[in-house]
Amino acid sequence: MRTVVQLKVAPPPSKYDFEGLLRARRIDLPPISIDTLQVNITKLCNQVCRHCHVDASPARREMLSPDGVAKCLEVLERHPQITKLDITGGAPELHPGFDAFVERAVALRKHVMVRHNLTVQLDGHPQTGENKEYLPRFFAKNRVEVISSLPYYQEYFTDAQRGSGVFKKSMEAMKRLNTLGYGVEGSGLALNLVYNPVGPYLPAAQAGLEADYKRELKDKFGLVFNRLYTITNMPINRFKLHLDKSGQYEAYMEKLLAAFNPAAAEGVMCRSLISVGHDGRVYDCDFNQMLEMDAVDARGKALSIFNFDFDRALGRRIRFDDHCLGCTAGAGSSCGGATI
Amino acid sequence: MSNYYESEDLKKFGDIGQHAKGLADAFFKYYGDVTGTDGALSKREKALIALAVSHAQQCPYCIDAYTTQCLETGANPEQMMEAVHVAAVMQAGITLVHSVQMQNHLKKLVL
Repeated sequence: MRTVVQLKVAPPPSKYDFEGLLRARRIDLPPISIDTLQVNITKLCNQVCRHCHVDASPARREMLSPDGVAKCLEVLERHPQITKLDITGGAPELHPGFDAFVERAVALRKHVMVRHNLTVQLDGHPQTGENKEYLPRFFAKNRVEVISSLPYYQEYFTDAQRGSGVFKKSMEAMKRLNTLGYGVEGSGLALNLVYNPVGPYLPAAQAGLEADYKRELKDKFGLVFNRLYTITNMPINRFKLHLDKSGQYEAYMEKLLAAFNPAAAEGVMCRSLISVGHDGRVYDCDFNQMLEMDAVDARGKALSIFNFDFDRALGRRIRFDDHCLGCTAGAGSSCGGATI
Repeated sequence: MSNYYESEDLKKFGDIGQHAKGLADAFFKYYGDVTGTDGALSKREKALIALAVSHAQQCPYCIDAYTTQCLETGANPEQMMEAVHVAAVMQAGITLVHSVQMQNHLKKLVL
């Protein structure tokens, strides 16, 4: 009688093994602090951007529950060392509890940032038709920091990435924010823009591009803003699908790998924030969240906002994977732009 | 290989060091010093010049490389297309200005 022996063979390491790269370079990236609670409260969005790592769209339904929102607020209240709340999505303003979440976090004296896609002001809620034109006044009243995507100061690139008509609506939405003082020097109302490349290439240098945006938006549209953050496209989800379909995935990963910058790696955002998903699970960043790579404590147990323990979260080992090359290429990339 | 130009071959540019490493190293250092830094010209201006030269020299490798480099230095399609027009008009002008030579010789020949 013959015995069939099945050998278990470990999959070969990825060509883009980020952990291996860190080991080879003797780089250790433990968490430094948790000063920011980033909460992705919904995947619902009025836009369908071609690079979106969330795969957000008007068809999505995921929402953080009222209990989840309450728990985030409780965590913020209990932990003075978490000074910032970064609310993202989708379009976070489409969450039914968004306004109350902002108001209560502001009442806790937290610095509140909203990832606002500009056009939701004019588009409203894609499922209910609810009007959202009050948003600039709401933001100003609560003095939240507004962070808005605008992939270029021209229509061609912006509409290619974010959809037809987005550029013109974005200009109108910025005008409404400017009218209330957003982006105006000395107003204390911060309007920061985000640049993403419109394809598989790295962002230009942040300072030079910011100067271009300021000049062009002022000269052509009379618009102002404070800072420009350059962010590299992540090779996951919708953007990865595009790379796969167009046969550019390998070339893009090789570009990110070749541009690996140890100094940029030191500044990765996962070392100072945690990310909360719509189901209350905790992640090292919004990208890991979309890949469902739960943050785990030192004993390997997944973290959740529902039983949050600051020391367990700070003592975690950050989970890395191939996509992390996106945050460490060139001048680095984070939710606050370049890291060096 | 089925074609004289293969896009994959762009990755082999470094292989020009085979049989002449010292010269290749010197070239790549010079190349990096010229194109990879902001100097009297910005990296973007240099990328746009290189894009124009790529078209004038009709180098498919360079056109791919400098289209990307233009985007990675923040240039936009209008600037890139204008750079190509500079190359085109230079080539047209260079052709046309030689007609002076032709006219000079014509005058010599014609009674």
